[in-house]
Amino acid sequence: MTAATVQRARPSGFRISKRVLPYLLSLPALLVCIGILIPFLTSVVYSFQRYRLSQPWARQFNWGDNYISFFTDPKFWNTLQVSLLYAGITVVLELLLGLAIAMLLQKRSTLNNFISIMLLMPLMTAPALAALMWKLMTNPGFGVLSYLASLIGLQDFRWASSPSTALLTVVLVDIWVYTPFIMILLLAGLRSLPTQPFEAAALDGVPRSFVFFRITLPMLMPYILTATLFRLLDSIQQFDIIYAMTQGGPGDTLTVFQVEAYLNFFQSTNVGRSAALMIILWAITYFLSNIFIKNWLRLRERARGQA
Amino acid sequence: MEHTSLLERILRGIALTLVVIFFMFPIVWIFMMSFQTNETILRIPPQLVFEPTLANYTALITGKLMTAAGTLDIAFMRNLWNSVFLSVTSVAVALLLGVPAAYAFARHKFRGSEDIAFTLLSFRFAPALLVLLPLTLYFQKLGLANTYFGLIWVYQLICLPLILWIVRGYFEDIPADIEYAYRIGGHSWFATFRKIALPLAGPGIAAAGLLAFIFAWNNFVFALVLASADKQPVTVGALAFITSSGIQYGQISAAIVLSITPTLALALYAQRYLVEGLSLGAVKG
Repeated sequence: MTAATVQRARPSGFRISKRVLPYLLSLPALLVCIGILIPFLTSVVYSFQRYRLSQPWARQFNWGDNYISFFTDPKFWNTLQVSLLYAGITVVLELLLGLAIAMLLQKRSTLNNFISIMLLMPLMTAPALAALMWKLMTNPGFGVLSYLASLIGLQDFRWASSPSTALLTVVLVDIWVYTPFIMILLLAGLRSLPTQPFEAAALDGVPRSFVFFRITLPMLMPYILTATLFRLLDSIQQFDIIYAMTQGGPGDTLTVFQVEAYLNFFQSTNVGRSAALMIILWAITYFLSNIFIKNWLRLRERARGQA
Repeated sequence: MEHTSLLERILRGIALTLVVIFFMFPIVWIFMMSFQTNETILRIPPQLVFEPTLANYTALITGKLMTAAGTLDIAFMRNLWNSVFLSVTSVAVALLLGVPAAYAFARHKFRGSEDIAFTLLSFRFAPALLVLLPLTLYFQKLGLANTYFGLIWVYQLICLPLILWIVRGYFEDIPADIEYAYRIGGHSWFATFRKIALPLAGPGIAAAGLLAFIFAWNNFVFALVLASADKQPVTVGALAFITSSGIQYGQISAAIVLSITPTLALALYAQRYLVEGLSLGAVKG
């Protein structure tokens, strides 16, 4: 109400600028981004073309051929499988570990706060450099982790260079970098929960497993969902760690979507297939991010309401 | 809850110690390696006690590595400078573009404002290569390939959504009445924006800027695809070390330490805002 009366009291001649102003303010940001939307549309076009950089003369529309050929292409199924596996394993493990650490650190104390700040360091390390760090530590010649593995009887444990342990190794790096992300979000969530239900439960002598599953988890759920979807969206697109660690190898053990698209583009110069891969990944992330945004908005409104 | 048994306290202590070791060990270990010569690094079992040397850092900073085979040039300082320049400029541009837009989105519910804001947000979650691969071809045609201008433009994909959504939240937190009161005093919207909104949202803008800097600094794929050696930031440059001949593990470690120190330092400084920034304003720390 007050806003309306104030508006009327304003000097005339201001109305036009008021309508145009927000557009003027956001226009520069939009213009910059439009330049980025064009390549997105180009990707769509490329994905319907037979287009190899090495054979530019043979470039032509083949419509759905890139997509149809995926059905009979074992490499594509491998990509899909590895991507989903990687995202699934990392997100589940990081969620469990992150929740556990958050609960360990829940009580506000100087030590707990100090530890939670320390644990942010991996998250602030560039993922590509984190992969490089682990690469040095798992080097078969001098790596400290290779040495530790040999101490517990794993002679010649090859970490990322063996097909059987490559996935495990990159997952480990992912866990190292991103568990703190889930931890810090859930810790903020835990600390913002109202205390009354917990006090009441303690008074009634309710068993702690009951408190955890019936009070803590449900109340924490919006935070868990947001953190999970955030990670899922990033994890299914993981490039930095995997590329820096193994470049998708050994063989095609770790050719997740973005790595496979990168290799297709720069090594086999198959632009059409690369673009089709990216469109499929985009479709998956678009689907996920729609679920995500609803949750995120709810949480954001709650955070703003508290402010 | 208060009556925790001794056993439980011990178990918690052990669990926390393991957590701290797992997350801190790599950083500590690489830090130690950066002060070792190749001979001590290659010794088995790995040494916990060694005579520290600054030779690795000297080699990186002077850009010259003396080996038995002669002098080797290391372009690491160039990479470090590229990281600083690209991150600082990208954040400056993103603040310049993003803060007014954030203000518009927070204060004026204009037609399509939510759609536009969400489109910007969706950039944060779209696969980077979806845009990057066609962009390499465009950049080659436009002459933007391997230019700072092109890179800074693309870095807006990281910085703009972050700044827009965090700063928008801070503007929304300012009661509109304060601004109306100032406007009634006969001040223009720009004066209101500059004298009232900007100072009140100041801490939020600073935090968003710091976070955007960290994300820009840590980015890998944009520069990997769009930049060649002389424009590459540390993330790409340090990785190239491992395949280049002659460079030793101590120097790689020192390069990693120099590359992650700025973001770690900034993160410690801005840790109060990290939760909010990482969740794009959805969770307050």
